[in-house]
Amino acid sequence: MLKTFLIGLKDLRLVFRDRAALVFMLLAPFLLTVGMGFVTGRFSGTSASGLSDIPVIIVNLDKAELGDALVDAFNSEDLAELVAPSLSSDPEAARKLIDEDEAAAAVIIPEGFTESVIPAAGTMLDPNAAEADPVSIEVYVNPARPTSAGVIKAIVDEFVSRVDEGRMSGMTSVFQMLMTGIITPQQVESEGRALFEDLETTDSAALKLKTNDEGAQATEFDVLAYMAPGMALLFLMYTVSYGGRSILAERAQGTLPRLLVSPTSPAQILGGKVFGIFLTGVAQVGILILASAMFFGVQWGDPLGMTALILAAVFGATGWGLLITAFARNPNQVSSIGTAIMLIFGVLGGSFINLEVMPPSIQFVSKITPNAWALDGFTTLALGGGLAQLTEPIIALLIMGATLFVVSALIFGKKNLVQK
Amino acid sequence: MPPILEVKELKKNYGDFAAVKGVTFDIQEGEIFSLLGPNGAGKTTTISMLSTLYAPTAGDATITGHSVTRDPMAVRGVIGVVPQDIALYEDLTARENLLFWGQMYGLSGKALASRVDEVLEQIGLTDKAKNRVKTYSGGMKRRVNIGVGLLHKPRVLFMDEPTVGIDPQSRRAILDTVKDLNKKGMTVLYTTHYMEEAQELSDRVGIIDHGELIALGTQQELTRQVGQTETLILHLGENDDPEALAKSLDGVKDVLEAIATDHEVSVIAHEAEDVLAAVVTKANERGIKIHSIDIREPNLEAVFLHLTGRALRD
Repeated sequence: MLKTFLIGLKDLRLVFRDRAALVFMLLAPFLLTVGMGFVTGRFSGTSASGLSDIPVIIVNLDKAELGDALVDAFNSEDLAELVAPSLSSDPEAARKLIDEDEAAAAVIIPEGFTESVIPAAGTMLDPNAAEADPVSIEVYVNPARPTSAGVIKAIVDEFVSRVDEGRMSGMTSVFQMLMTGIITPQQVESEGRALFEDLETTDSAALKLKTNDEGAQATEFDVLAYMAPGMALLFLMYTVSYGGRSILAERAQGTLPRLLVSPTSPAQILGGKVFGIFLTGVAQVGILILASAMFFGVQWGDPLGMTALILAAVFGATGWGLLITAFARNPNQVSSIGTAIMLIFGVLGGSFINLEVMPPSIQFVSKITPNAWALDGFTTLALGGGLAQLTEPIIALLIMGATLFVVSALIFGKKNLVQK
Repeated sequence: MPPILEVKELKKNYGDFAAVKGVTFDIQEGEIFSLLGPNGAGKTTTISMLSTLYAPTAGDATITGHSVTRDPMAVRGVIGVVPQDIALYEDLTARENLLFWGQMYGLSGKALASRVDEVLEQIGLTDKAKNRVKTYSGGMKRRVNIGVGLLHKPRVLFMDEPTVGIDPQSRRAILDTVKDLNKKGMTVLYTTHYMEEAQELSDRVGIIDHGELIALGTQQELTRQVGQTETLILHLGENDDPEALAKSLDGVKDVLEAIATDHEVSVIAHEAEDVLAAVVTKANERGIKIHSIDIREPNLEAVFLHLTGRALRD
């Protein structure tokens, strides 16, 4: 175990002494991210998200104050460029349209939503009044458009959060006024309703997507939060094939045979090489993410989720690096195949173009790439999700990595590690 | 005392090609044993099997009692290997290389640091220890390559043609290092195609050709095989035909054997002076210009020539 660790550390040290590798691993993705930031107007402020006209179907069964407020929010000028809402009265029809990929999500506001939040007249101070059952807004998302669906979900989450916040503060204010004698018990009902009415009128304003000077809890989808990991993941494939190449390079330069005649087992050596690739990948993605946070102010979201996602993404990518190495005969072949795979996975996995604009068949095939799963996870994080929401991409990446490790190990087992 | 290394009928085939055809020899503790042979003779394959890198097709060898086929990990702990090609990390410094390889041999902490210092001193690179290996000359790299093999104080050191492609000064330093290590008790298995190195270093020599051990013994024992003879080496011009001259010397009085090699003819006789005049006459008769003539006492080159009909460098 110690030798495995030492071999991995040695490889990490060697990578950081190879200027050409550093250019590809760190500088190239960083500069590409900057370039794409300019192209999309991220640095000029002409675009906040890079996404626009996200089709969303709204079914307002509530037909009361809060349901109407949410519909108004989606139709507000602030969201005019981002979303393209359409109204429907049939939840099933709306879900069907989502299933048919006609829109990114359906927002279904159930009947009684407003009543579940704002007490009915005459019941505010009545301890015997039955409490309304909690009613939830349903966001029926299109799994083929995770980014857009995530934006819609974030808007609704924000609305619900604001409503809840307003309800609690309103209740607290009314009771404080009552306790301090500012209002009489007879005035509670009217003051309370007045506060809730204020809440309804201010909701649409509060539901703006956050701008930089607003600084509240609202959600912003930053285009760099998609592009920076996209580029990092693209070049992560370079890193893992570079690492795989080092296995064959060590064979050619004689250090691998030398390791094999030391009291170090082949499993320890191979394990060390894999660990080295993994460490390098984690360092690369970690540095790029830190750099984009420092230089561009990208908000990466939940640190725990992000760490878990990086580890899983690098694990999955390392599996691909090993598989390429297992099939290749020499270091040059690894480089050639690795570069091709890097570009193919970049396109397929959404590093260059958002997968949502790709045909369903491409979206299906993209699932073989670590890029697609990891980008899905990074998007979730950027939209405010946490570790709990990353279960699917993380598990998929771990299964991908483990499967590829096993296949590669079998191929390595059949091929003599020292054969020239 | 049992030999420290014992090789029995060791064979290695690559498909239909037999690289090593059942070699058998042993090495006593404290001995320098050279495997002498031309390129492609099977020296590196033999050392690769003994160092457990390649599994033998047949046969076995034991080192300090451990079988290379049944207990390779134990063998690896008692041997040091200096491969023919430089096997170092060029982007690491000499010290970093030695530290890493020391760790692979189970050394750690202060013991490792002090052993690395000792080895750097031994190979004369203490002052340059912090420079990356890629900045070193070929000779310096060779010295670090040897240093790695010495880190864990192995009982048997395998050195596979360690002087190939280096300058005479570095070569001298390496030969002196080998002798010094041997004086301190280290057993050395040395492979080379340089007859002079085998002669200078070895207690015993095994001559290997086409995967077979064709002669084995001390230098005296080996030279005795060719008898009390001298070898007259005639260096010819590029356009001259050594075969024709060698044939013309058949049957000439006192000529025991005449062997044509690349632009040379080796004439074996009991006394070189006795045949010199006849050889020059024969060459003149055929219009062959002799550029120079060497007379050699019996040596390992002559033994190889005698046994194979070819020069070592062929």
